[in-house]
Amino acid sequence: MDETVVEPIAVDPLVTLGEHVAASLGDAVLGFEVAFGDLTVTVARDSIVNVATFLRDDPKCRFISFVDVCGADYPAREFRFDVVYHFLSPHLNHRIRVKLEADDATPVPSICDVFAGANWFEREVYDLYGVLFSGHPDLRRILTDYGFDGHPLRKDFPLTGFVEVRYDEERKRVVYEPVTLAQEFRSFDYLSPWEGTDYVLPGDEKAKN
Amino acid sequence: MSEVDVRNFTLNFGPVHPSAHGVLRMILELDGELVERVDPHVGLLHRGTEKLIEYKTYLQAVPYFDRLDYVAPMNQEHAFALAVERMLELEVPRRGQLIRVLYAEIGRLLAHLMNVTTQAMDIGALTPPLWGFEQREKLMVFYERASGARMHAAYFRPGGVHQDLPQALIDDIAVFCDEFPAALKDIDTLLTGNRIFKQRNVDIGVVPLEEAWGRGFSGVMVRASGAAWDLRKSQPYDAYAEMEFDIPVGSNGDCYDRYLIRMEEMRQANEIMRQCVKKLNAPDGKGPVSSTDGKVVPPSRGEMKQSMEALIHHFKLYTEGFKVPAGEIYAAVEAPKGEFGVYLVSDGTNKPYRCHIRAPGFAHLSAMDYLCRKHMLADVTAILGSIDIVFGEVDR
Repeated sequence: MDETVVEPIAVDPLVTLGEHVAASLGDAVLGFEVAFGDLTVTVARDSIVNVATFLRDDPKCRFISFVDVCGADYPAREFRFDVVYHFLSPHLNHRIRVKLEADDATPVPSICDVFAGANWFEREVYDLYGVLFSGHPDLRRILTDYGFDGHPLRKDFPLTGFVEVRYDEERKRVVYEPVTLAQEFRSFDYLSPWEGTDYVLPGDEKAKN
Repeated sequence: MSEVDVRNFTLNFGPVHPSAHGVLRMILELDGELVERVDPHVGLLHRGTEKLIEYKTYLQAVPYFDRLDYVAPMNQEHAFALAVERMLELEVPRRGQLIRVLYAEIGRLLAHLMNVTTQAMDIGALTPPLWGFEQREKLMVFYERASGARMHAAYFRPGGVHQDLPQALIDDIAVFCDEFPAALKDIDTLLTGNRIFKQRNVDIGVVPLEEAWGRGFSGVMVRASGAAWDLRKSQPYDAYAEMEFDIPVGSNGDCYDRYLIRMEEMRQANEIMRQCVKKLNAPDGKGPVSSTDGKVVPPSRGEMKQSMEALIHHFKLYTEGFKVPAGEIYAAVEAPKGEFGVYLVSDGTNKPYRCHIRAPGFAHLSAMDYLCRKHMLADVTAILGSIDIVFGEVDR
């Protein structure tokens, strides 16, 4: 890195860091970008353990602090889930975000052996999105109820869920029943119809006739 | 004598145990009184906050953050407000920043007072909570006088804070800052040198620094293990860069060090509050408390009665809300319990596409098995108290 910093132009240290990571890891890194002051590195799914180990051990990175693993759902994509890792380097005082794509069938290698703290966070991603992690010591549901069915943070999971719970006085136990809404679920669309809507508003067909 | 079938004893700790600090169920596997394995079952307070936020506008999402760590509500809002502001490239006026720092430090006092004193109660001391809660009560009144609510304030909004502080409130906070050190000293004399308190805390739940980083620890949990790491210093946000304060660092990484650090942080927080009050009273501390960008921050009531444009802005902001440029961001604050982060994905509309909440308590509690192994059963409550968890944020 030292020989590249000779030119007087101020280079964003995050870009330098991204280049260093991309150059050192080769094929594992699919790309990196710096946006809103955050460095994001996109990696291949199977290489995440190598990437995490490199980021932790490399003397120019030292991302020794595990911060976060979370998921995100993009149903339109072939691999619909993003698994997003955040690490922190207290030495560089930088953060890094590592992203990879996954679906609900192919497992993502677990980084529990590299960062012991990832254990519960990966369980959470599994619970809420249904992403599988291979090599995880204890991949159980964590936040949802015992015996819960489905993965609630997926975009196709309704906000109201499918079952509701109440205590039944006659049977003296908690019972699960299908959700009944006392009034229709109101999902208001507040996006301005003058800008940005890409759907047909009710009544639009009259204007065409 | 025939061979005896020896097996470990499995104990259910919680979910309604008073020192489980909420709704934690822990399955403890005991060999006599020695803890062999801990399996915390969380999620009993899961309310689907992240899912709900995806269905709300950015402004409507703010109150959910109060309900995460309900011991220090405004510190959570702070992280969300910072995330949204960074995406909108919105500048918060100086007075707004100072008020935020002031209330974030009040939140730190609230959380640490609660934690230090109830942890002492968990291991048998009854007086500290009574004394600590007296101070908390005063602080909650400050919350109420600023926002109208003692806990669920919804006061830190993207762009600044909701309303300016009345001068009388600032003066009362100044009086509090003068009185608080004496009250803290009282709690200090009850606990710091107390023989029983030390016997229960010293060398209990020791975490080496390496392990603390790798397990996702932050805040007091890494500082007790010897790292001088504080986001308020290392990645300063709002007006923290101009505040003078020290970061206490421990050396043993045990429960007692964590207690000492929390006590010192309260003294430092009190000093920061004092500086905030001084700066708020200075001439350059006057001015607007939130961004004057009418496309993000709603106008004041008085303005609406005079200006048509303000009225339109108000209507638009409370129905459609503001739009945030597409992209993703991770913003973190030094919450009392550690690094509280918000990972926000925007698709350019008025609602977050994804809002992940990184709660410090979740990472800390996940290390419970590591922390408690080979400790005595009675130490479990001491360790649980000292890692400072609140189930609002663990379960989300």
